[in-house]
Amino acid sequence: MAAALQIENLSKTYRSGVQALKGVSFEVREGDFFALLGPNGAGKSTTIGIVTSLVRKTAGKVRVFDHDIDHHFSRAKQYIGVVPQEFNFNIFEKPINIVMNQAGYYGIPRSRACERAEYYLKALDLWEKRNQPARFLSGGMKRRLLIARALVHDPKLLILDEPTAGVDIEMRRGMWDFMREINRSGTTIILTTHYLEEAESLCRNIVIIDHGELVENTTVRALLNKLHIETFVFDLKEPLAAAPALPGYVVRLVDSTTLEIDISKEKAINAVFESLTAQGIQVVSMRNKSNRLEELFIKMVSNGKKNPG
Amino acid sequence: MDLQHQYIAFGTIVRREITRFTRIWTQTIVPPAVTTTLYFLIFGKLIGPRIGVVHGVPYIQYIVPGLVMMSIITSSYANVVASFYGSKFQRNLDEMLVSPMPDYIIVLGYAAGGVARGLCVGTVVTLVALCFVHLPVAHWGVMVSVCLLTSMLFAFAGLVNAIFANSFDDINIIPTFVLTPLTYLGGIFYSIDMLPDFWRGVSFVNPILYMVNGFRYGILGLTDMSIGMAYTIIIGFTVVMFLLCLYLLKRGTGIRN
Repeated sequence: MAAALQIENLSKTYRSGVQALKGVSFEVREGDFFALLGPNGAGKSTTIGIVTSLVRKTAGKVRVFDHDIDHHFSRAKQYIGVVPQEFNFNIFEKPINIVMNQAGYYGIPRSRACERAEYYLKALDLWEKRNQPARFLSGGMKRRLLIARALVHDPKLLILDEPTAGVDIEMRRGMWDFMREINRSGTTIILTTHYLEEAESLCRNIVIIDHGELVENTTVRALLNKLHIETFVFDLKEPLAAAPALPGYVVRLVDSTTLEIDISKEKAINAVFESLTAQGIQVVSMRNKSNRLEELFIKMVSNGKKNPG
Repeated sequence: MDLQHQYIAFGTIVRREITRFTRIWTQTIVPPAVTTTLYFLIFGKLIGPRIGVVHGVPYIQYIVPGLVMMSIITSSYANVVASFYGSKFQRNLDEMLVSPMPDYIIVLGYAAGGVARGLCVGTVVTLVALCFVHLPVAHWGVMVSVCLLTSMLFAFAGLVNAIFANSFDDINIIPTFVLTPLTYLGGIFYSIDMLPDFWRGVSFVNPILYMVNGFRYGILGLTDMSIGMAYTIIIGFTVVMFLLCLYLLKRGTGIRN
C-alpha cells in the first residue's frame, strides 16, 4: 500500500528558541489506524500543525499521498481532515452552517455540501441540534461537531488530536465505533490521545515522541510484547489484614479484598494460585490490569529507554 | 484547486460574511444611518443655511457625498477588521487555513464581505440624505467605481489591521486615531479651497481627500483636484493594500506559527 503520510527529518524551532521537533521521521501507510503519542509538549501538535499548514517547519520533508507540501500544499490539503484539540469553530454559528461552510472552503457545491452535512450530523447524533448556536452544545457535542466538520469533504487522511477529551465513557465508546467504521471504509486515521487504552484498542501502529524526538515506531502488538511484567488484579472472598508473602512476586494489598500481583511473563500464573490456596486465600475473580500501554508509555517517556521491560 | 472550486470557496466566505453583518443589523446598518441623520440635521438644516453655497451648490448638498463616503469607509473597514480578528481570536480562521483555498481567495472573500457592508450602509445613508436634499448624479460610472474601489481599499486595510492585531484594543486604535481624523480632514465638510495655502498643501497628503472628491465629482460634478489624479491615488492604494494582504497571509504573520 502507498504511504498516506511520510515525514522525514522534520524539525521545528520556534522563534522563542524552543526546539519542538528534532529530526523526526516516520511513515503512515494508507488505511492504517495510527497512534501518535507523547506527553504534553512532546511535539505531537507541532507535527500535526506542520502537516495541516498551521505551523511552518524549520526543516525536513512532509508528503501527503506523495504530494510534497513544499510544492503541492493545496493538493495535499485536499486529502486531509483535521479534528483539533481545542474547539475552534465560531461559537455563534449554527452547527449546520459550520459544517456546510467547511465543505464550501473545499470547493464542494452547496447542494452536495447540504447532503454531506446532513449525513455526518445524523451519524454523529447532532442533527437535532443543527440550528442551535454552537455555544449551547455540550462538550461532547462540540467534539462530535469537530469530527463532522473534518469529515464533510471526505478526507483520505483524518487526523484526530485528542478527539474524545472530556467525553463521557458511553459516548467515547460510540465514537470509537464510529472511528473504526470510518477506518474500515478506507480512511487512514492518525490519532493522538491521552487515553492510552484508546490507542491500544483502536490503533495498529504507533509512534511515540518525547522532547521532539522519536522514542518508538512500531506496531501496538510488538510494543505490548515488550512488556515483560504484567499486573493482575485478584478479588478475594475474605478480607485480609496484610498482603500475603509470595516468594518471587511483588504483591500489593489495594484494599482488604483486592490484591495486585506483578507477574513476569516467564512465570506461570498457576503457581500464584497454588501459593494463595496454600495460604487459605480464596480468589473470586481475576483480571488483567488495564492500561498496559500506559505502563510502557510512562517507562519510555520518563527514562527515554527504547527497550523497556 | 481549480477555478470552479475556488469560486465556490469564495462564494462561501462572501455568503458567510453577508449573513454575519445582516444578522446583527442593529449594530452594523442602523448606527451609521442614525449618525448621518444627525449630521444632516445639524450641519445641513441648522448650520448649513448660514454658510450658504459652496462651489455653487447649497451646503447640505455639498456635504452629502462626503458623509456617504465616510459611512462606506468606516463600514467596510469595520466589517473586515472585526470579522477577521474575531475568527483569529476564536481560532476558526484555522478552518480556512487548513483548506486548500489559495490565500487570494481568503483575501478577496473577506474584502467582498466588507464591500457588501460598505455599499449596504452607503445606500441606507444615501436614502436618508434623499429625505433632506435632492441629489443629481452627474457621472454614474465615476460614482459607482469610486464607491467600489474605496470600499475595497478600506476592506483590505481592515484585513491588514486584523492580521497585526493581538487584542480587541488593537482593532480600535487605527479607526480611532488614524481613520477618523483623516476622514474628518478629508474635505467632507469643506472645500480645501477654503483653507490657507499651507493647510491646502498638507491636505493633498491625505488619501481620503481623493476619495471624497472623486465621489463628489460623481454625484455633483464638483472636485478640488483632477479626477484622473483621484483615480490614480485610489487605485494605487487599493493595489498596494491587496498585495500587502497577500504577502502577510503568505508569510503567516499573526496567524501561523
